[in-house]
Amino acid sequence: MSSLNLVAVFVENKPGQTARVTKTLADAGVNIDWVTIANSGGFGVMKFLVDKCDLAVRSIKAEGLMVSLLEVLAVEVDNQPGALQSVAALLARNSINLDNCSGFVVNNRAILVIEAHELAQARTVLQKEGLRLLTQGEMVKL
Amino acid sequence: MFWDQELETLPRPALEKLQLKRLQDTVRRVSQNVPFYQQQFAALGIKPDGIKSLDDVRRLPFTTGVDLRATYPDGLLAMTRDHSVRLHTSSGTTGKPKALFFSAKDVDNAAELIARSLVMTGITRQDVFQNMMSYGLFTGGLVMHYGAEKVGCLVIPAGPGTSDRQLMLMQDFRTTAIHILPSYALYFAGFLEQKGIDPRKDLALRKAFVGAEPHTEETRKRIEEAFGIDVYNSYGLTEMNGPGVAFECEHKAGLHLWEDNYILEIIDPITCEPVPDGQTGELILTTLKREAMPILRYRTRDITSIIPEPCKCGRTHCRLNRITGRSDDMLIVRGVNIFPQQIERVLMSMPQVGRNYVIILEGLDDMTVKVELSAVGFDGQVEHLTALQSQLVEKLRAELLVKPKVDLLPPGSLPVAEGKAKRVVDKRSI
Repeated sequence: MSSLNLVAVFVENKPGQTARVTKTLADAGVNIDWVTIANSGGFGVMKFLVDKCDLAVRSIKAEGLMVSLLEVLAVEVDNQPGALQSVAALLARNSINLDNCSGFVVNNRAILVIEAHELAQARTVLQKEGLRLLTQGEMVKL
Repeated sequence: MFWDQELETLPRPALEKLQLKRLQDTVRRVSQNVPFYQQQFAALGIKPDGIKSLDDVRRLPFTTGVDLRATYPDGLLAMTRDHSVRLHTSSGTTGKPKALFFSAKDVDNAAELIARSLVMTGITRQDVFQNMMSYGLFTGGLVMHYGAEKVGCLVIPAGPGTSDRQLMLMQDFRTTAIHILPSYALYFAGFLEQKGIDPRKDLALRKAFVGAEPHTEETRKRIEEAFGIDVYNSYGLTEMNGPGVAFECEHKAGLHLWEDNYILEIIDPITCEPVPDGQTGELILTTLKREAMPILRYRTRDITSIIPEPCKCGRTHCRLNRITGRSDDMLIVRGVNIFPQQIERVLMSMPQVGRNYVIILEGLDDMTVKVELSAVGFDGQVEHLTALQSQLVEKLRAELLVKPKVDLLPPGSLPVAEGKAKRVVDKRSI
């Protein structure tokens, strides 16, 4: 499958929450490859890309925290001007809204992580265009 | 199923005749023995012989919680203290509590009413009854205990809290019925979920009796769905014996109030005039069989209405609608009257909302509703959370006419009370 799962954790927006979640992951021996944390008023959502998804979910649940798996797409684009624009324009042409998006460059490879409601449609559109979608295994080995 | 079929189905004329006889007897006894009522009767010109019909109850003075506190510790005893075998008090959140005395006959009679109430939902002596209410001064524990014993159930006096032990007792003794606060039932459902226990498969539970806290129909449904059981609403108050004053039968369509033991009136709390049957008002209760401490026209502060139609079960004792609130619980926010049950109804109708919530009033007049999410409330998407948040704000605003702030929280982040849940925290500076 050319999609990947993030581990999403719902927490109160108060000091100590990130420390608590990451300690749980560390104690379980889960490695974090990528993370984003977003706050909205009284709550926050942390999203992790990890090497051991099931273990991460189990240990976070056992800690009494609220956790869910979130399917996203990771697209590899050329590390050059206009690369993000071409993906964005492609999705726009197909009326697909980007819910959340983040990107980074590693070893001269540019990666976009995309969340969309119409995920299956987005996948088809990107693949048709010849863009490479990374799997869970590929992402953690970058 | 009946515990006392004759009395429970007594035709109305006979029931009312019995009420009048007991009312006359009660009025005579308090006029002879209770200084508080002697003074009131003298001031109002009431003579026991003047009580000739049930309507004459309206000539009697009201008794309020303030009166019970003012006469503490001996209360309104109609017999010397040595005739009493038990003392209960109502929760004294401010100052002195209200002291209520029971003679041996009163203890037995309270148990009798509980027995009727349990049996009409189908409880038999085969049941294993785990009483998860607080024992001690609170009536919810002991009064229910005696009634369930009277039916012949195996009663487990578990008391509240320590969920691990509750679960162990339920598993080891194959508990079939529980008596529990609705707020604790919701919490306990979450506890079982976390332990990976499926109550439908792993427990023998089939019925729960919930009371002591006003709660909504939505909350009942939540508890029924979480455990896969039937849940019955129990109404009572310490001043009137505790549980067993009114109870739902198998049809779960209103609470039968045991009218051979109480006269009920529904009044407009402001004008104190009776309201027509079916209209909402404050419930007023007069005890008819209490020996140690009879109480006339007690202002319960509970808001309800009478269901005038007879019940399918054949009982002639009148039914009350679910208590919509205790007038003491009413909040005034930005000039608008709000009952916490209105908020609960909105919250519990949303599947994404979990089982615990708290209403916080602070600042000048700001209301924040903090709610825990349910297991299906989080799918990893922030957008869904903010959408839920705005939906809740809008639904609450439509229901209350005041726009609250809504905070979403993970399950387990709000405090859980051992006793009655504290749903409202008022920190307003006005």
